[in-house]
Amino acid sequence: MNGMGVLKGLAVTFRHFIDTYLEDFKAGKKRYFTEEGIRQRASIEAKGIFSIQYPEEKLPVPEEFRYIPFLVYDEGENGERALRCTSCGICAKVCPPQCIWIVRTNDPVTGKPVPAPAEFYIDVDICMNCGYCAEYCPFDAIKMDHNYEIASYDRFKEHIFDLNKLSKPASYYAKIRPANFARETAEREAKAAKKAAP
Amino acid sequence: MTDHESTLTTRHGDLLPDWVVADSRPGYEGVIVPVSRLIEFAFLLRDKLGYDLLSSVTGVDYLPDGKMEVVYHALQTIGGAPFVFKVQVPREDPIVPSVVPVWPGADFQEREAWDLLGIRFEGHPDLRRILMWEGFEGHPLRKDWKEPYYEEDAKPYKSRWPEGHVRRAEDVAPLHDNVQYPPGFDPESWTPDGDEALYRGLRKYLEDSGSELKTDRLIVNLGPQHPSTHGVFRMVVVLDGETIVDLKPVFGYLHRNHEKIGERCTWIQNMPFTDRLDYISSMSNNFGYALAVEKLMGIKPPERAEYIRVMMAELTRIVSHLVAVGFLLNDLGAFFTPVLYALEERELILDIFEAVSGSRMMCNYFRFGGVARDLPEGVLERVRDLVENRLPRKIDEIDRYLTKNEIVRTRCEGVGVLTAERAIALSATGPVLRASGVPYDLRRADPYSIYDRFEFDVAVRYHGDIYDRYLIRLDEIRQSIRILKQVLRDIPEGPVISGKPQWQVRVPTGESYGRVEGPKGELGFYVVSNGKPNPWRYHVRAPSFINLHTLAEMARGGKVADVVVILGSIDIVLGEVDR
Repeated sequence: MNGMGVLKGLAVTFRHFIDTYLEDFKAGKKRYFTEEGIRQRASIEAKGIFSIQYPEEKLPVPEEFRYIPFLVYDEGENGERALRCTSCGICAKVCPPQCIWIVRTNDPVTGKPVPAPAEFYIDVDICMNCGYCAEYCPFDAIKMDHNYEIASYDRFKEHIFDLNKLSKPASYYAKIRPANFARETAEREAKAAKKAAP
Repeated sequence: MTDHESTLTTRHGDLLPDWVVADSRPGYEGVIVPVSRLIEFAFLLRDKLGYDLLSSVTGVDYLPDGKMEVVYHALQTIGGAPFVFKVQVPREDPIVPSVVPVWPGADFQEREAWDLLGIRFEGHPDLRRILMWEGFEGHPLRKDWKEPYYEEDAKPYKSRWPEGHVRRAEDVAPLHDNVQYPPGFDPESWTPDGDEALYRGLRKYLEDSGSELKTDRLIVNLGPQHPSTHGVFRMVVVLDGETIVDLKPVFGYLHRNHEKIGERCTWIQNMPFTDRLDYISSMSNNFGYALAVEKLMGIKPPERAEYIRVMMAELTRIVSHLVAVGFLLNDLGAFFTPVLYALEERELILDIFEAVSGSRMMCNYFRFGGVARDLPEGVLERVRDLVENRLPRKIDEIDRYLTKNEIVRTRCEGVGVLTAERAIALSATGPVLRASGVPYDLRRADPYSIYDRFEFDVAVRYHGDIYDRYLIRLDEIRQSIRILKQVLRDIPEGPVISGKPQWQVRVPTGESYGRVEGPKGELGFYVVSNGKPNPWRYHVRAPSFINLHTLAEMARGGKVADVVVILGSIDIVLGEVDR
C-alpha cells in the first residue's frame, strides 16, 4: 500500500525518540553529568540520546590520543629539572610541516655541542598533530599531550611554545599514558642493565 | 620490477606494434609510445586489447633530462593489472595529442596535467585550468616553479636545526603580499578568461531552444557557496525551464597543491598529508600510499599488520558509506535525522580509530612495512562487539527506515541514470561504476594486500540510478562486515612492522603505482623515486575527482532539484577533488 514505507520509517524515528526517555527512566539521575553516564552514552550499547554536553561533560580520551607535543623532564630529589632532550634534531627533521625549531647548546669553553637544547620552539599553529616527533624520538624526550583545550586570545604572543611552556614532568607523562610509560621505563632499565653487565 | 615488465610485454608481446618500445629504465615498467602515433596506439589498446577504462593520466617533469613525460594507466574492466604506457616530449612547449576521443574519462586529468605541468593536449575539447585559479601565472608542478613561502627544494629545512631561530612564515612573506601577480595585473578590474570561455561555451545552448514556446534559457551558477555542494563546489547549469540542458562543474577552490607538498616532503613525512585528501576515509588513503612505496622498496608487512590494515580499511569503508547515505538523504530534504543516525555508528568506529591511532580522522596509522603500533588492549573486543552485534542491526534499521520510503523511491528511481558503457568510458570507478552494472572491484579484480583470502561478494546493481547507488552502499557495508568477521576470526599474533621503525627510509630508483579500492573508487598513488629522500613525483589518482566526469552525463535532461541529489549520490569529498 502506498505510504506504508513512510510509516514504517517513521516507526524507526519514533523508536529512537521513545528510547531516550526509556533510558532516562531506567538510569535515573546518573545518566547525565556523571562519568558512568558519559561512558554509557559513548558505549556500543548506547540507545536514545547519544551526544555529550561539552564542555560540562567530556569524552574520556584514549591513551594513544595525540595533541601537540611536550618535552618530558625527570625531576631530581631537590626539584631540579633534567630535560631528557639531547637536541639531536630528529624530531625537527621528521616533522612534516616543519614546525619545530631547536637551538643546540655549545660548550662555552670548547665550543663543542652539548646534548641539551638551548632553545626549543614549536609553532602550534603549524603543528598537524601527526605524532612523528614522539614516535621517532630515541630518548623518549618528546611526547604527545592529551590537553586539547589550548585556545588563546592572541595568536602572535601565545602560539609559539618555548622551552618553558613545553616542559612537563615525567610524572605527568606517566599519568596520561600509563601503559606507554611502563613499557618504555622497562625497556630503558633492561638496556641499562645490559650495559652495566660486563 | 623487471619480471613484472616482462610479463606485461609478453602478455601482449605479439599484439603490440614494433614501434612501441619497452621502458628499459631500471625500476620502470610499461612501454614508451611515439607521440605521433599515440592515438593510433590508444585505439589499438582499447579496441583490440580490451583496455576499456583509462584509469590515470598524469605528467612527470624530468627537468635534468629536459623531458616531459605523460604517463597513462589503462585497465580492463574484466580485471588484471593496469597497462602502463608513456609518451615523452621536450620540456619546452610540450604538446601531446589528447586521448579524450578514445577515452572521454581523460578529460579532467588532461586538464589537470595542463594546469599543473603545462602540457598542452592537442584536440582536447575544453583545455582550461581546472585546479588553479584562472589568472594564475605558471604551472606549479614544474620542477623550476617555486611557491611564495619557498624555503628549500626538500625537507627537512636546514633552518630548523641546529640553529633554529624561530620565525613565522608570514614574517617572511606578509599576508597581503604572498601572491604573485603577473606584471600589470590588477585583481580589482579583472574578469577571468577561463570563466569567459566557460560562459561562451555554454552560450550556444541559449541561441536555439528549438521549442514552440518562446522560452528563455538561463545560465545559473549553483555554488560555489551553496549548502548542497558538500563543500566549495560550483556547477554552472544551463536551464530550460526546470530542465537541465548542460552542466559544467567548476572546482579547485580548496586546492593546496598536495602533490607539490608531497614532492617537498620526505617519503614518510607525506603519510599524514594523505589523511587530508579524503578526510572521511583517511585509513584508505594511508593504505594506498603505503602500498605504492612498499612496492618500490620491495618490502612486505608482517601477517598481523596485513590483517590490521584490512580491518581498518573496511571500517573506513563502512564510515564513508554511512556518511554518503546519510548526506544523500540530507540532499533529498530529509533534514539531518538520517545523517545523525548514520553518524552515531560512525562515532563508534571513530572511537576505535582514536584508540588505535590517536586521532579520530587524521589517523596517520600506516607505515612502510606495517602499521605504527599494535592494537591497544580491548580494541579487538570492541570491534568484535560492533561487527557482531551493533552494526548489522543498525544497517538493517537504516534499511527499514529508508529503502522502502515512497518519497525516497520517487525521487531516486530512474533519476540520474548512468549506463554501463558511459560509466566505463568516463573512467568512473567504485560504487558509481558498480551501480551501473559493472562488477569491477579492485579487491577482486587485482587483489592487493590479503584480500584474496577473504570470502565476499562484489556488490553490483544494474539500473545505474540514484536509488541503486544508494542500495549498493548498503550492500557494500554488509560485505565489509562479512570481511571484518573473517579478519577477527583469523587475525594472528606477531609483529606489526617489518624491521625497525625508521624515520628516514631509503627508496630505490623507479616508479610504482599503488592502488586500492577506496570507499569512493579506485584510489591510486603514482610515485617516482630518484633515490633521494624525497619523491621526485607524487601523484594521486583521486576517485571522486574522476567520478565527477559522470555528473554532467547524469544531470542532462533531469530537473534542477535533482542535480543536488545526483551530486550527493556520486559522493565527493572536496579535500580529494581539489587536492
